Amino acid sequence: MPALLEAKGLHAAYGDIRVLHGIDFVVDEGGITALLGANGAGKTTTLRAVCGMVRTQGEVHLGGARIDGRATEDIARLGVAHVPDGRGTFLELTVEENLRLGAYTRRDRQVDAARERVFGYFPKLRERIRQQAGTLSGGEQQMLAIARALLLKPRLLLLDEPSFGLAPLIVKEIFAIMRRINREEGVGILLVEQNASLALQIADRAYLLETGRIVFSGPAAEIRKDESIRRSYLGY
Amino acid sequence: MDGLIHQILSGIATGGIYASVALALVMIYQATHHVNFAQGEMATFSTYIALTLIQAGLSYWVAFAATFVISFVMGVLIERVLMRPMANAPILSSVGVFIGLLLIFSSISGWIFGYTIKTFPSPFETSKPLLGGYVSGHELGSTAVTLVVLLSVYLFFRHTRLGLAMRAAAYNPASARLVGIRVGWMLALGWGLAAGIGAIAGCMVAPIVFLDPNMMAGILLYSFAGALLGGIGNPLGAVLGGFAVGVIENLGGAYLVGTELKLTLALVIIVAVLVVKPSGLLGKAVQSRV
Repeated sequence: MPALLEAKGLHAAYGDIRVLHGIDFVVDEGGITALLGANGAGKTTTLRAVCGMVRTQGEVHLGGARIDGRATEDIARLGVAHVPDGRGTFLELTVEENLRLGAYTRRDRQVDAARERVFGYFPKLRERIRQQAGTLSGGEQQMLAIARALLLKPRLLLLDEPSFGLAPLIVKEIFAIMRRINREEGVGILLVEQNASLALQIADRAYLLETGRIVFSGPAAEIRKDESIRRSYLGY
Repeated sequence: MDGLIHQILSGIATGGIYASVALALVMIYQATHHVNFAQGEMATFSTYIALTLIQAGLSYWVAFAATFVISFVMGVLIERVLMRPMANAPILSSVGVFIGLLLIFSSISGWIFGYTIKTFPSPFETSKPLLGGYVSGHELGSTAVTLVVLLSVYLFFRHTRLGLAMRAAAYNPASARLVGIRVGWMLALGWGLAAGIGAIAGCMVAPIVFLDPNMMAGILLYSFAGALLGGIGNPLGAVLGGFAVGVIENLGGAYLVGTELKLTLALVIIVAVLVVKPSGLLGKAVQSRV
Protein backbone atom coordinates (compact mmCIF):
# COMPACT_ATOMS: atom_id res chain seq x y z
CA MET A 1 0.00 0.00 0.00
CA PRO A 2 1.46 3.41 -0.91
CA ALA A 3 2.11 5.83 1.92
CA LEU A 4 -0.40 8.65 2.41
CA LEU A 5 2.40 11.13 3.00
CA GLU A 6 6.03 10.61 2.21
CA ALA A 7 8.84 13.13 2.63
CA LYS A 8 12.24 12.48 1.06
CA GLY A 9 15.29 14.56 1.87
CA LEU A 10 13.18 17.44 3.12
CA HIS A 11 15.07 20.64 3.86
CA ALA A 12 13.49 23.82 5.19
CA ALA A 13 14.80 27.28 5.99
CA TYR A 14 13.59 30.64 7.27
CA GLY A 15 15.67 33.09 5.27
CA ASP A 16 19.28 32.10 5.91
CA ILE A 17 18.48 30.00 8.94
CA ARG A 18 18.26 26.36 7.99
CA VAL A 19 16.01 24.33 10.24
CA LEU A 20 15.55 20.96 8.57
CA HIS A 21 18.54 19.16 7.07
CA GLY A 22 17.08 16.50 4.81
CA ILE A 23 14.60 14.38 6.72
CA ASP A 24 12.60 11.36 5.53
CA PHE A 25 9.34 10.28 7.05
CA VAL A 26 6.12 8.50 6.24
CA VAL A 27 2.49 8.65 7.31
CA ASP A 28 0.58 5.50 6.38
CA GLU A 29 -2.90 5.58 4.88
CA GLY A 30 -5.12 5.83 7.95
CA GLY A 31 -2.10 5.73 10.27
CA ILE A 32 -0.83 8.00 13.01
CA THR A 33 2.77 9.19 12.88
CA ALA A 34 4.25 11.02 15.84
CA LEU A 35 7.06 13.55 15.48
CA LEU A 36 8.89 13.89 18.76
CA GLY A 37 11.75 16.03 19.92
CA ALA A 38 12.81 18.91 22.12
CA ASN A 39 12.01 22.58 21.60
CA GLY A 40 13.69 23.89 18.47
CA ALA A 41 14.19 20.45 16.95
CA GLY A 42 12.16 21.43 13.89
CA LYS A 43 8.84 19.69 14.57
CA THR A 44 6.62 22.68 13.82
CA THR A 45 8.76 23.53 10.80
CA THR A 46 8.22 20.02 9.48
CA LEU A 47 4.45 20.53 9.50
CA ARG A 48 4.89 23.94 7.88
CA ALA A 49 7.12 22.42 5.23
CA VAL A 50 4.45 19.86 4.35
CA CYS A 51 1.94 22.71 3.91
CA GLY A 52 4.20 24.93 1.85
CA MET A 53 4.39 27.59 4.55
CA VAL A 54 8.20 27.73 4.47
CA ARG A 55 10.81 27.53 1.74
CA THR A 56 11.74 23.88 1.20
CA GLN A 57 13.92 21.57 -0.80
CA GLY A 58 13.38 17.88 -1.30
CA GLU A 59 10.24 15.97 -2.08
CA VAL A 60 6.85 15.66 -0.41
CA HIS A 61 4.35 13.20 -1.86
CA LEU A 62 0.68 13.00 -0.95
CA GLY A 63 -0.89 9.76 -2.09
CA GLY A 64 1.88 9.41 -4.67
CA ALA A 65 1.58 12.95 -6.12
CA ARG A 66 4.20 15.60 -5.45
CA ILE A 67 2.96 18.55 -3.44
CA ASP A 68 6.22 20.31 -2.54
CA GLY A 69 6.46 23.79 -4.04
CA ARG A 70 2.69 24.20 -4.27
CA ALA A 71 0.81 27.02 -2.57
CA THR A 72 -0.55 26.44 0.92
CA GLU A 73 -4.16 26.93 -0.18
CA ASP A 74 -3.75 24.38 -2.98
CA ILE A 75 -2.29 21.83 -0.58
CA ALA A 76 -5.29 22.41 1.70
CA ARG A 77 -7.58 21.84 -1.27
CA LEU A 78 -5.84 18.48 -1.86
CA GLY A 79 -7.04 17.35 1.56
CA VAL A 80 -4.33 18.36 4.02
CA ALA A 81 -5.81 20.00 7.11
CA HIS A 82 -3.31 21.67 9.39
CA VAL A 83 -4.06 22.68 12.97
CA PRO A 84 -1.06 24.96 13.49
CA ASP A 85 0.56 25.99 16.74
CA GLY A 86 -1.62 28.67 18.26
CA ARG A 87 -4.52 26.66 16.76
CA GLY A 88 -5.18 29.01 13.83
CA THR A 89 -8.66 29.86 15.07
CA PHE A 90 -10.35 32.98 13.72
CA LEU A 91 -10.78 34.54 17.15
CA GLU A 92 -12.87 37.48 15.90
CA LEU A 93 -15.41 35.21 14.23
CA THR A 94 -18.07 33.02 15.80
CA VAL A 95 -17.77 29.26 16.28
CA GLU A 96 -20.34 28.85 13.50
CA GLU A 97 -18.31 30.98 11.11
CA ASN A 98 -15.11 29.11 11.97
CA LEU A 99 -16.82 25.84 11.12
CA ARG A 100 -18.20 27.26 7.87
CA LEU A 101 -14.68 28.32 6.94
CA GLY A 102 -13.46 24.79 7.62
CA ALA A 103 -15.77 23.56 4.86
CA TYR A 104 -14.94 26.54 2.62
CA THR A 105 -13.48 24.50 -0.22
CA ARG A 106 -16.24 21.89 -0.22
CA ARG A 107 -19.16 22.02 -2.60
CA ASP A 108 -20.51 18.55 -1.94
CA ARG A 109 -23.80 17.87 -0.19
CA GLN A 110 -22.32 15.98 2.73
CA VAL A 111 -21.21 19.07 4.62
CA ASP A 112 -24.27 19.01 6.89
CA ALA A 113 -23.73 15.35 7.69
CA ALA A 114 -20.04 16.05 8.36
CA ARG A 115 -21.05 18.86 10.73
CA GLU A 116 -23.29 16.48 12.64
CA ARG A 117 -20.46 13.95 12.97
CA VAL A 118 -18.14 16.71 14.19
CA PHE A 119 -20.71 17.74 16.79
CA GLY A 120 -20.79 14.05 17.77
CA TYR A 121 -17.11 14.23 18.60
CA PHE A 122 -17.34 17.68 20.21
CA PRO A 123 -20.86 18.18 21.60
CA LYS A 124 -19.76 21.31 23.48
CA LEU A 125 -19.24 23.19 20.22
CA ARG A 126 -22.94 22.94 19.42
CA GLU A 127 -23.76 24.81 22.63
CA ARG A 128 -21.20 27.48 21.82
CA ILE A 129 -22.17 27.87 18.19
CA ARG A 130 -23.03 31.60 18.34
CA GLN A 131 -20.15 32.55 20.63
CA GLN A 132 -17.11 34.50 19.47
CA ALA A 133 -14.29 31.95 19.14
CA GLY A 134 -11.91 34.12 21.17
CA THR A 135 -14.10 33.72 24.24
CA LEU A 136 -13.88 29.91 24.30
CA SER A 137 -11.72 28.18 26.86
CA GLY A 138 -8.39 26.73 25.74
CA GLY A 139 -9.76 23.18 25.53
CA GLU A 140 -12.80 24.33 23.58
CA GLN A 141 -10.59 26.28 21.20
CA GLN A 142 -8.51 23.17 20.55
CA MET A 143 -11.70 21.23 19.88
CA LEU A 144 -12.87 23.95 17.52
CA ALA A 145 -9.54 23.86 15.70
CA ILE A 146 -9.75 20.09 15.17
CA ALA A 147 -13.43 20.33 14.23
CA ARG A 148 -12.66 23.01 11.66
CA ALA A 149 -9.86 20.89 10.22
CA LEU A 150 -12.15 17.85 9.98
CA LEU A 151 -14.74 19.78 7.99
CA LEU A 152 -12.17 20.17 5.20
CA LYS A 153 -12.75 16.41 4.67
CA PRO A 154 -9.02 15.81 4.98
CA ARG A 155 -7.04 12.76 3.95
CA LEU A 156 -4.28 13.95 6.23
CA LEU A 157 -4.54 15.86 9.48
CA LEU A 158 -1.50 17.75 10.75
CA LEU A 159 -1.72 18.49 14.47
CA ASP A 160 0.78 20.77 16.17
CA GLU A 161 0.94 20.23 19.94
CA PRO A 162 -2.74 19.64 20.59
CA SER A 163 -1.95 19.27 24.31
CA PHE A 164 -0.28 22.66 24.59
CA GLY A 165 -1.47 24.70 27.57
CA LEU A 166 -4.34 22.38 28.43
CA ALA A 167 -5.25 20.67 31.71
CA PRO A 168 -4.30 16.94 31.81
CA LEU A 169 -7.91 15.76 31.90
CA ILE A 170 -8.79 17.76 28.81
CA VAL A 171 -5.67 16.53 27.03
CA LYS A 172 -6.75 12.96 27.74
CA GLU A 173 -10.22 13.66 26.35
CA ILE A 174 -8.82 15.27 23.19
CA PHE A 175 -6.40 12.41 22.55
CA ALA A 176 -9.20 9.88 22.96
CA ILE A 177 -11.26 11.79 20.41
CA MET A 178 -8.28 12.00 18.04
CA ARG A 179 -7.96 8.24 18.13
CA ARG A 180 -11.68 7.86 17.38
CA ILE A 181 -11.40 10.35 14.50
CA ASN A 182 -8.47 8.42 13.08
CA ARG A 183 -10.41 5.15 13.14
CA GLU A 184 -13.88 6.34 12.18
CA GLU A 185 -12.94 8.86 9.49
CA GLY A 186 -9.98 6.89 8.17
CA VAL A 187 -7.89 10.05 8.18
CA GLY A 188 -4.12 9.84 8.54
CA ILE A 189 -2.56 11.96 11.27
CA LEU A 190 0.87 13.53 11.57
CA LEU A 191 1.15 14.49 15.20
CA VAL A 192 3.72 16.83 16.70
CA GLU A 193 3.78 16.55 20.45
CA GLN A 194 5.96 17.49 23.42
CA ASN A 195 4.16 14.96 25.56
CA ALA A 196 5.96 11.93 24.15
CA SER A 197 4.37 9.24 26.31
CA LEU A 198 0.90 10.36 25.29
CA ALA A 199 1.82 10.60 21.61
CA LEU A 200 3.41 7.15 21.58
CA GLN A 201 0.24 5.63 23.03
CA ILE A 202 -1.84 6.53 19.98
CA ALA A 203 0.81 6.58 17.22
CA ASP A 204 1.86 3.61 15.11
CA ARG A 205 5.04 5.19 13.77
CA ALA A 206 7.32 7.66 15.48
CA TYR A 207 10.26 9.81 14.48
CA LEU A 208 12.64 11.52 16.85
CA LEU A 209 13.94 14.86 15.65
CA GLU A 210 17.05 16.56 16.95
CA THR A 211 18.17 19.93 15.54
CA GLY A 212 16.63 19.30 12.15
CA ARG A 213 17.72 15.69 11.70
CA ILE A 214 15.97 12.42 12.41
CA VAL A 215 17.95 10.52 15.01
CA PHE A 216 15.60 7.61 15.47
CA SER A 217 12.60 6.18 13.69
CA GLY A 218 10.51 3.08 14.03
CA PRO A 219 7.23 1.62 15.24
CA ALA A 220 5.88 3.57 18.19
CA ALA A 221 5.70 0.42 20.30
CA GLU A 222 9.44 -0.11 19.91
CA ILE A 223 10.33 3.38 21.07
CA ARG A 224 7.98 2.98 24.00
CA LYS A 225 9.88 -0.10 25.04
CA ASP A 226 13.38 1.28 24.43
CA GLU A 227 14.41 2.64 27.78
CA SER A 228 17.63 4.32 26.64
CA ILE A 229 15.85 6.41 24.00
CA ARG A 230 13.10 7.28 26.43
CA ARG A 231 15.60 8.39 29.06
CA SER A 232 17.97 10.31 26.84
CA TYR A 233 15.54 11.93 24.42
CA LEU A 234 12.03 11.81 25.76
CA GLY A 235 12.58 12.43 29.44
CA TYR A 236 10.16 9.95 30.95
CA MET B 1 -34.59 76.02 14.45
CA ASP B 2 -35.36 75.44 10.79
CA GLY B 3 -31.78 76.23 9.97
CA LEU B 4 -30.53 73.72 12.53
CA ILE B 5 -32.70 70.90 11.18
CA HIS B 6 -31.64 71.79 7.67
CA GLN B 7 -27.96 71.68 8.66
CA ILE B 8 -28.32 68.33 10.42
CA LEU B 9 -30.15 66.71 7.50
CA SER B 10 -27.71 67.97 4.93
CA GLY B 11 -24.91 66.87 7.28
CA ILE B 12 -26.35 63.37 7.21
CA ALA B 13 -26.42 63.50 3.41
CA THR B 14 -22.74 64.44 3.08
CA GLY B 15 -22.02 62.15 6.05
CA GLY B 16 -23.25 59.26 3.92
CA ILE B 17 -20.55 60.09 1.36
CA TYR B 18 -17.92 60.18 4.09
CA ALA B 19 -19.27 56.95 5.52
CA SER B 20 -18.89 55.21 2.14
CA VAL B 21 -15.32 56.41 1.63
CA ALA B 22 -14.51 55.63 5.28
CA LEU B 23 -15.79 52.11 4.70
CA ALA B 24 -13.58 51.79 1.62
CA LEU B 25 -10.58 52.93 3.68
CA VAL B 26 -11.37 50.51 6.51
CA MET B 27 -11.83 47.56 4.16
CA ILE B 28 -8.30 47.94 2.85
CA TYR B 29 -6.95 48.86 6.27
CA GLN B 30 -8.35 45.72 7.86
CA ALA B 31 -6.80 43.49 5.23
CA THR B 32 -3.41 45.19 4.93
CA HIS B 33 -3.05 47.57 7.90
CA HIS B 34 -2.36 50.35 5.45
CA VAL B 35 -4.46 53.42 4.68
CA ASN B 36 -4.93 53.86 0.96
CA PHE B 37 -4.20 57.58 0.51
CA ALA B 38 -5.17 57.29 -3.14
CA GLN B 39 -8.74 56.19 -2.35
CA GLY B 40 -10.10 59.69 -2.97
CA GLU B 41 -8.23 60.30 -6.22
CA MET B 42 -9.27 56.88 -7.52
CA ALA B 43 -12.89 57.87 -6.80
CA THR B 44 -12.44 61.19 -8.62
CA PHE B 45 -11.06 59.35 -11.65
CA SER B 46 -14.06 57.00 -11.55
CA THR B 47 -16.42 59.98 -11.42
CA TYR B 48 -14.80 61.34 -14.59
CA ILE B 49 -15.39 57.98 -16.24
CA ALA B 50 -19.06 58.23 -15.24
CA LEU B 51 -19.29 61.74 -16.68
CA THR B 52 -17.67 60.61 -19.93
CA LEU B 53 -20.12 57.73 -20.25
CA ILE B 54 -23.09 60.02 -19.55
CA GLN B 55 -21.85 62.55 -22.10
CA ALA B 56 -21.43 59.71 -24.59
CA GLY B 57 -25.18 59.25 -24.37
CA LEU B 58 -25.67 56.46 -21.83
CA SER B 59 -28.52 56.89 -19.39
CA TYR B 60 -27.46 57.88 -15.87
CA TRP B 61 -28.01 54.54 -14.15
CA VAL B 62 -26.41 52.52 -16.94
CA ALA B 63 -23.35 54.78 -16.73
CA PHE B 64 -23.45 54.48 -12.94
CA ALA B 65 -23.43 50.68 -13.06
CA ALA B 66 -20.75 50.61 -15.74
CA THR B 67 -18.60 52.97 -13.68
CA PHE B 68 -18.92 50.69 -10.66
CA VAL B 69 -17.80 47.69 -12.71
CA ILE B 70 -14.91 49.57 -14.36
CA SER B 71 -13.75 50.90 -10.98
CA PHE B 72 -13.99 47.43 -9.46
CA VAL B 73 -11.76 46.01 -12.19
CA MET B 74 -9.38 48.96 -11.80
CA GLY B 75 -9.11 48.28 -8.05
CA VAL B 76 -8.45 44.58 -8.62
CA LEU B 77 -5.77 45.38 -11.20
CA ILE B 78 -4.03 47.88 -8.91
CA GLU B 79 -3.82 45.27 -6.17
CA ARG B 80 -2.61 42.54 -8.50
CA VAL B 81 -0.07 44.64 -10.39
CA LEU B 82 1.13 47.28 -7.93
CA MET B 83 0.37 46.19 -4.39
CA ARG B 84 1.04 42.47 -4.60
CA PRO B 85 4.80 42.84 -5.14
CA MET B 86 4.76 45.12 -2.07
CA ALA B 87 3.12 42.50 0.17
CA ASN B 88 6.21 41.97 2.32
CA ALA B 89 7.74 45.41 1.87
CA PRO B 90 8.37 47.70 4.83
CA ILE B 91 5.56 50.10 5.69
CA LEU B 92 7.28 53.18 4.25
CA SER B 93 7.55 51.55 0.84
CA SER B 94 3.82 50.90 0.83
CA VAL B 95 3.11 54.47 1.91
CA GLY B 96 5.32 55.62 -0.95
CA VAL B 97 3.28 53.54 -3.41
CA PHE B 98 0.02 54.94 -2.03
CA ILE B 99 1.24 58.52 -2.39
CA GLY B 100 2.54 57.73 -5.86
CA LEU B 101 -0.89 56.34 -6.78
CA LEU B 102 -2.50 59.50 -5.44
CA LEU B 103 -0.29 61.71 -7.61
CA ILE B 104 -0.71 59.48 -10.65
CA PHE B 105 -4.51 59.41 -10.46
CA SER B 106 -4.73 63.13 -9.76
CA SER B 107 -2.47 63.93 -12.73
CA ILE B 108 -4.18 61.48 -15.08
CA SER B 109 -7.59 62.97 -14.20
CA GLY B 110 -6.29 66.47 -14.97
CA TRP B 111 -4.42 65.39 -18.09
CA ILE B 112 -7.27 63.48 -19.69
CA PHE B 113 -10.29 65.44 -18.49
CA GLY B 114 -8.84 68.92 -17.88
CA TYR B 115 -8.48 71.00 -14.75
CA THR B 116 -11.58 73.15 -15.27
CA ILE B 117 -14.41 72.59 -12.82
CA LYS B 118 -17.26 70.64 -14.37
CA THR B 119 -20.87 70.17 -13.35
CA PHE B 120 -22.04 66.63 -12.77
CA PRO B 121 -25.67 65.60 -13.23
CA SER B 122 -27.82 64.31 -10.39
CA PRO B 123 -30.25 61.48 -11.17
CA PHE B 124 -32.71 62.88 -8.64
CA GLU B 125 -35.31 65.64 -8.83
CA THR B 126 -33.41 68.71 -7.69
CA SER B 127 -35.68 71.59 -8.60
CA LYS B 128 -37.93 71.56 -5.56
CA PRO B 129 -36.99 70.99 -1.91
CA LEU B 130 -38.53 68.03 -0.11
CA LEU B 131 -39.61 67.12 3.42
CA GLY B 132 -41.02 70.54 4.16
CA GLY B 133 -38.14 72.29 2.48
CA TYR B 134 -35.40 70.83 4.67
CA VAL B 135 -33.57 68.72 2.09
CA SER B 136 -33.04 68.76 -1.64
CA GLY B 137 -34.03 65.84 -3.79
CA HIS B 138 -30.38 65.06 -4.41
CA GLU B 139 -29.55 64.99 -0.71
CA LEU B 140 -32.41 62.59 -0.05
CA GLY B 141 -31.56 60.45 -3.08
CA SER B 142 -27.83 60.25 -2.38
CA THR B 143 -28.50 59.37 1.27
CA ALA B 144 -30.75 56.56 0.07
CA VAL B 145 -28.07 55.35 -2.36
CA THR B 146 -25.35 55.37 0.29
CA LEU B 147 -27.62 53.53 2.73
CA VAL B 148 -28.34 50.89 0.09
CA VAL B 149 -24.60 50.56 -0.59
CA LEU B 150 -23.73 50.26 3.09
CA LEU B 151 -26.51 47.73 3.69
CA SER B 152 -25.46 45.65 0.68
CA VAL B 153 -21.86 45.62 1.85
CA TYR B 154 -22.98 44.56 5.32
CA LEU B 155 -25.16 41.74 3.96
CA PHE B 156 -22.38 40.63 1.61
CA PHE B 157 -19.82 40.31 4.39
CA ARG B 158 -22.28 38.83 6.93
CA HIS B 159 -24.18 36.34 4.86
CA THR B 160 -22.21 35.18 1.85
CA ARG B 161 -19.53 32.54 1.62
CA LEU B 162 -17.23 34.90 -0.25
CA GLY B 163 -17.78 37.68 2.28
CA LEU B 164 -16.90 35.34 5.13
CA ALA B 165 -13.77 34.22 3.27
CA MET B 166 -12.74 37.85 2.74
CA ARG B 167 -13.17 38.58 6.45
CA ALA B 168 -11.19 35.46 7.37
CA ALA B 169 -8.40 36.44 4.98
CA ALA B 170 -8.25 39.92 6.55
CA TYR B 171 -8.27 38.71 10.15
CA ASN B 172 -5.86 35.82 9.83
CA PRO B 173 -4.25 35.29 6.41
CA ALA B 174 -2.14 32.30 7.49
CA SER B 175 -5.12 30.36 8.84
CA ALA B 176 -7.23 31.39 5.86
CA ARG B 177 -4.71 29.72 3.53
CA LEU B 178 -4.87 26.58 5.66
CA VAL B 179 -8.61 26.23 4.99
CA GLY B 180 -7.98 26.71 1.28
CA ILE B 181 -8.89 30.39 0.85
CA ARG B 182 -6.95 32.16 -1.91
CA VAL B 183 -5.90 35.09 0.25
CA GLY B 184 -4.27 37.07 -2.56
CA TRP B 185 -7.50 37.11 -4.54
CA MET B 186 -9.54 38.07 -1.48
CA LEU B 187 -7.28 41.09 -1.10
CA ALA B 188 -7.74 41.99 -4.75
CA LEU B 189 -11.52 41.68 -4.40
CA GLY B 190 -11.34 43.96 -1.37
CA TRP B 191 -9.50 46.56 -3.46
CA GLY B 192 -12.09 46.18 -6.19
CA LEU B 193 -14.98 46.65 -3.77
CA ALA B 194 -13.30 49.64 -2.13
CA ALA B 195 -12.74 51.25 -5.54
CA GLY B 196 -16.36 50.55 -6.51
CA ILE B 197 -17.72 52.06 -3.30
CA GLY B 198 -15.45 55.08 -3.79
CA ALA B 199 -16.81 55.50 -7.32
CA ILE B 200 -20.39 55.55 -6.03
CA ALA B 201 -19.42 58.11 -3.38
CA GLY B 202 -17.76 60.24 -6.06
CA CYS B 203 -20.86 60.18 -8.28
CA MET B 204 -23.07 61.11 -5.33
CA VAL B 205 -20.94 64.00 -4.12
CA ALA B 206 -19.98 65.46 -7.51
CA PRO B 207 -23.34 67.23 -8.11
CA ILE B 208 -22.85 69.06 -4.78
CA VAL B 209 -19.16 70.01 -4.86
CA PHE B 210 -18.63 69.95 -8.67
CA LEU B 211 -16.07 67.81 -10.43
CA ASP B 212 -12.39 68.71 -10.63
CA PRO B 213 -9.24 66.58 -10.24
CA ASN B 214 -8.98 67.49 -6.55
CA MET B 215 -12.64 66.95 -5.77
CA MET B 216 -12.09 64.12 -3.27
CA ALA B 217 -9.05 65.55 -1.46
CA GLY B 218 -11.08 67.25 1.26
CA ILE B 219 -13.63 64.46 1.33
CA LEU B 220 -10.93 61.90 1.94
CA LEU B 221 -9.80 63.94 4.94
CA TYR B 222 -13.33 64.04 6.40
CA SER B 223 -13.72 60.32 5.69
CA PHE B 224 -10.43 59.54 7.37
CA ALA B 225 -11.58 61.57 10.37
CA GLY B 226 -14.82 59.58 10.36
CA ALA B 227 -12.99 56.26 10.13
CA LEU B 228 -10.71 57.21 13.01
CA LEU B 229 -13.59 58.55 15.09
CA GLY B 230 -15.53 55.31 14.81
CA GLY B 231 -12.48 53.08 15.01
CA ILE B 232 -10.36 52.35 11.96
CA GLY B 233 -10.52 48.61 12.66
CA ASN B 234 -14.31 48.57 12.81
CA PRO B 235 -16.42 48.94 9.63
CA LEU B 236 -19.62 49.81 11.51
CA GLY B 237 -17.72 52.36 13.58
CA ALA B 238 -16.24 53.91 10.45
CA VAL B 239 -19.70 54.24 8.89
CA LEU B 240 -21.20 55.85 12.00
CA GLY B 241 -18.09 58.03 12.32
CA GLY B 242 -18.55 59.17 8.72
CA PHE B 243 -22.14 60.24 9.38
CA ALA B 244 -21.10 61.93 12.63
CA VAL B 245 -18.34 63.88 10.89
CA GLY B 246 -20.81 65.00 8.22
CA VAL B 247 -23.14 66.42 10.86
CA ILE B 248 -20.31 67.93 12.93
CA GLU B 249 -18.85 69.53 9.81
CA ASN B 250 -22.15 71.10 8.78
CA LEU B 251 -23.08 72.34 12.24
CA GLY B 252 -19.56 73.58 12.94
CA GLY B 253 -19.43 75.30 9.58
CA ALA B 254 -22.78 77.00 10.15
CA TYR B 255 -22.53 78.00 13.78
CA LEU B 256 -18.93 77.69 14.96
CA VAL B 257 -16.08 78.35 12.57
CA GLY B 258 -17.68 79.35 9.29
CA THR B 259 -17.35 77.54 5.96
CA GLU B 260 -13.75 78.62 5.35
CA LEU B 261 -12.44 76.78 8.38
CA LYS B 262 -14.64 73.66 8.05
CA LEU B 263 -11.79 71.45 6.91
CA THR B 264 -9.85 72.22 10.08
CA LEU B 265 -12.67 70.51 11.98
CA ALA B 266 -11.65 67.25 10.32
CA LEU B 267 -8.08 67.75 11.49
CA VAL B 268 -9.26 68.65 14.99
CA ILE B 269 -11.28 65.43 15.10
CA ILE B 270 -8.30 63.39 13.89
CA VAL B 271 -5.96 64.87 16.49
CA ALA B 272 -8.54 64.65 19.27
CA VAL B 273 -9.27 60.97 18.57
CA LEU B 274 -5.58 60.09 18.41
CA VAL B 275 -4.93 61.86 21.71
CA VAL B 276 -8.01 60.78 23.67
CA LYS B 277 -9.00 57.37 22.31
CA PRO B 278 -6.76 56.07 19.52
CA SER B 279 -8.88 52.96 18.99
CA GLY B 280 -11.92 55.13 18.15
CA LEU B 281 -15.38 55.09 19.69
CA LEU B 282 -16.32 51.57 18.61
CA GLY B 283 -12.86 50.13 18.13
CA LYS B 284 -12.09 47.55 20.77
CA ALA B 285 -9.48 44.93 21.39
CA VAL B 286 -10.41 41.34 20.59
CA GLN B 287 -11.41 39.35 23.62
CA SER B 288 -9.24 36.35 24.07
CA ARG B 289 -8.81 33.66 26.66
CA VAL B 290 -5.93 31.25 26.84
